Amino acid sequence: MPAESLFPRLEPLLPFVQKPIQYVGGELNATVKPWDDADVRWCLMYPDAYEVGLPNQGVMILYEILNEQPGVLAERTYSVWPDLEALMREHDVPQFTVDAHRPVGAFDVLGVSFSTELGYTNLLTALDLAGIPLLARDRGDDHPLVIAGGHAAFNPEPIADFLDAAVLGDGEQIVLAITETIRGWKGKGRPGGRDGLLALLAAGGGVYVPRFYDVEYLPDGRIRRVAPNRPGVPFRVAKHTVMELDQWPYPKQPLVPIAESVHERMSVEIFRGCTRGCRFCQAGMITRPVRERSITGIGEMVEKGLAATGFEEVGLLSLSSADHSEIGDIAKGLADRYEGNNTSLSLPSTRVDAFNVTLANELTRGGRRSGLTFAPEGGSERIRRVINKMVSEDDLIRTVTTAYSHGWRQVKLYFMCGLPTETDDDVVQIATLAKKVIQAGRDATGARDIRCTVSIGGFVPKPHTPFQWAAQLDHATTDARLAKLRDAIRGDRAYGRAIGFRYHDGKPGIIEGLLSRGDRRVGAVIRAVWDDGGRFDGWSEHFSFDRWAACAGKALADEPVDLSWYTTRERDYAEVLPWDHLDSGLDRDWLWEDWRDALSEVEVDDCRWSPCFDCGVCPQMGTEIEIGPTGKKLLPLTVRTSNGA
Amino acid sequence: MARTPDGPPPAPPVQRLRVRHAKRGRLRFASHRDFQRALERALRRANVPIAYSAGFTRHPKVSYAGAAPTGTASEAEYLELALTERWDPDRLRAVLDAALPPGLDVLDVVEAATPGFAERLQASVWDIALPELPAGTVAAAAAAFLERPVIEVQRLTKNGMRTFDARAAVVRLELRPRAEPADGAGCAILRLVVRHVMPAVRPDDVLSGLRQVADLAPPAPPVVTRLAQGLLDELTGEVADPLAPDRCAGPATGRDAHPDQSDGTVISASARP
Repeated sequence: MPAESLFPRLEPLLPFVQKPIQYVGGELNATVKPWDDADVRWCLMYPDAYEVGLPNQGVMILYEILNEQPGVLAERTYSVWPDLEALMREHDVPQFTVDAHRPVGAFDVLGVSFSTELGYTNLLTALDLAGIPLLARDRGDDHPLVIAGGHAAFNPEPIADFLDAAVLGDGEQIVLAITETIRGWKGKGRPGGRDGLLALLAAGGGVYVPRFYDVEYLPDGRIRRVAPNRPGVPFRVAKHTVMELDQWPYPKQPLVPIAESVHERMSVEIFRGCTRGCRFCQAGMITRPVRERSITGIGEMVEKGLAATGFEEVGLLSLSSADHSEIGDIAKGLADRYEGNNTSLSLPSTRVDAFNVTLANELTRGGRRSGLTFAPEGGSERIRRVINKMVSEDDLIRTVTTAYSHGWRQVKLYFMCGLPTETDDDVVQIATLAKKVIQAGRDATGARDIRCTVSIGGFVPKPHTPFQWAAQLDHATTDARLAKLRDAIRGDRAYGRAIGFRYHDGKPGIIEGLLSRGDRRVGAVIRAVWDDGGRFDGWSEHFSFDRWAACAGKALADEPVDLSWYTTRERDYAEVLPWDHLDSGLDRDWLWEDWRDALSEVEVDDCRWSPCFDCGVCPQMGTEIEIGPTGKKLLPLTVRTSNGA
Repeated sequence: MARTPDGPPPAPPVQRLRVRHAKRGRLRFASHRDFQRALERALRRANVPIAYSAGFTRHPKVSYAGAAPTGTASEAEYLELALTERWDPDRLRAVLDAALPPGLDVLDVVEAATPGFAERLQASVWDIALPELPAGTVAAAAAAFLERPVIEVQRLTKNGMRTFDARAAVVRLELRPRAEPADGAGCAILRLVVRHVMPAVRPDDVLSGLRQVADLAPPAPPVVTRLAQGLLDELTGEVADPLAPDRCAGPATGRDAHPDQSDGTVISASARP
């Protein structure tokens, strides 16, 4: 396929669409390489709108790593909004990259990063616009390999029919290995065609090729077994884990869009993984073990990143940033370095303890203290034992008292509804907790204008977690429980007006649940929804529960399973789960024990500061915990700015 | 318990520089907010000693004047920067131009030496390229437009559909002479000089008017470029360089650096590439 720029054909369409700037590329630090200088060409996609996809760290990291390689070219593509999709279809303009506006269909690989399952319909739009057959089996030797990554790729079965391959875990090294395999295969004249290449990729056990595995079902609809259907393909496919994060200081040159995006800041990942052991948290389970970037490595990335981008804000990212072994010195060191420089620092952490407030104070030395967020996740101490979120009510009250007395005006509290064993009472207790929080704030400050916002969403059980066997709460019960909570909050004269209440209704969670724990039969549902016009399912204005429910009914009519079978049904130990052949390193028996412990309200500690509890990841993956302290400090930067004319 | 910002107040401005910049090519799809973010980040990358406002949320002190609408290109956008250290205008021009993405190009910088800059932006000169339309048809439509005393057009604004006169603000509307090269064949170009009034009459309003009075319906989207803004000579319809008074009054370096643009240069007739 030729790879000339499509921009001359796209440009006349742009005056007629919303926010045309998102389609023109030209971001600071973007890379455009000559097509003919590369022998392996990647197109990386984040299957959501540009404003959401551009700041995605995963795509940015792989984009830079691939483009650093000689002979390799990587460009990016994002989902186009329905207004442009319609014009592209009318004027026959295919899916394009934003870098050089090349047709996506001309690349060797289309790598799609799925942070959430709600991007599946957008994958189909992009494939269709690119002229790539939706079903992997219909693709020929000249079509790109379609490879999924990201957290949702830990159960890619619902989109297995649309994928050539999936990769689990950290992408930094595996994209380079895939690149070498493709280069070798092309160099030898493409032996075996597309299947030959996929066989090469699958043989190592690091790339999952769904079509090389057959799924057999029992008469009742459960899976009988999943097994390779050809020799040379391993029974299980393992996740990838990058060690020594200091060796991977990406992105070095973060992309800075001209369009507005959802994260207007420079992000530095300060560690990867989390072993707090929250049982609902898929991210914490599939990214083990904890691997810290060193304090000096972080300092360097912040300094270089700011110089490369001009951002005004730095975000220190991780799953629980206050848990870095040297976070106190990092926060103080960075606050010292950038004081008076009009650079703000942020640290997404929802830890419920006074130390978290101390950190937040440090990062807002001269700045506004508007809101602090804490995530108790469960309303009662009982349910918090079930989910292994070890926060007592006293912890929370002490923490918010500290926050309010240090000038923070508003506290945001995150909760979930629909957790295993949950009763109405567990959720209604959130109201009691919120009132105590307000009272603590009034006592601490002597002021009446204390605010607290309760934010609550429905829990969705995820693969590779102890709750993978749990029944999801149906949406009607979720909504009824949330209504009771709302009434308990609003009905109180003394506190009701001080408490904000934000919630998400239960319906989207059910579809997320279907896509999270679904198997290959769910692919027909996704296809039917897409055929019916389903797009941008992560956006409430585009999402339609009724469409999903109707399509699920139709697509699964001849199967012994349905929407509720996938979502609100509890699984037992013996059932083969659709992702059992995909290895996150977690020992299945340990997960099961942790699930039983949850039901018995038994907690488990964090292995960073207590003995190993044998989750299985380190021995299975040949990894180990990598944490400080290094004992190093961040020294002041030499004067770097603005010594004038 | 109300906190106030810690630390010293921001350094006061000691110099104001007026900047003319372009918005070209695909970057014409940038909105004004997009441009503001790109500029502020470029200033930080280039370590320009920009002054900041006081308070918790400090903003760089940049004043923007009447931005060209999203989707239109421009050779004549203006803004003013307040600096906490004196900088040579040419240095700022070079440094800022290098820090901004290609397509957002800094064309001219002078030190502010006169008041009332915004009031000098009285009118704009626009080129409206109309692909696939014969010159004769376009010239006739422009003539029909000018014959009318009033042309009511509608535009969707934030406050709903608005109806206003697009005719009175138009000073000149004519087919650009064909002598100028590199416009591409089969593309008529209208030259428009329009007064800045409230509500603003934009090129697309004039196009609405042309559709109304002469059924002019471009088969492909017009490409619109602002060529100049400045003081309007009501007699000739020419628009003069709004930075000229500053160049005149300013330090010698500024004037020497631009020998081709002495005060009073009329730039409406000389379209820049």
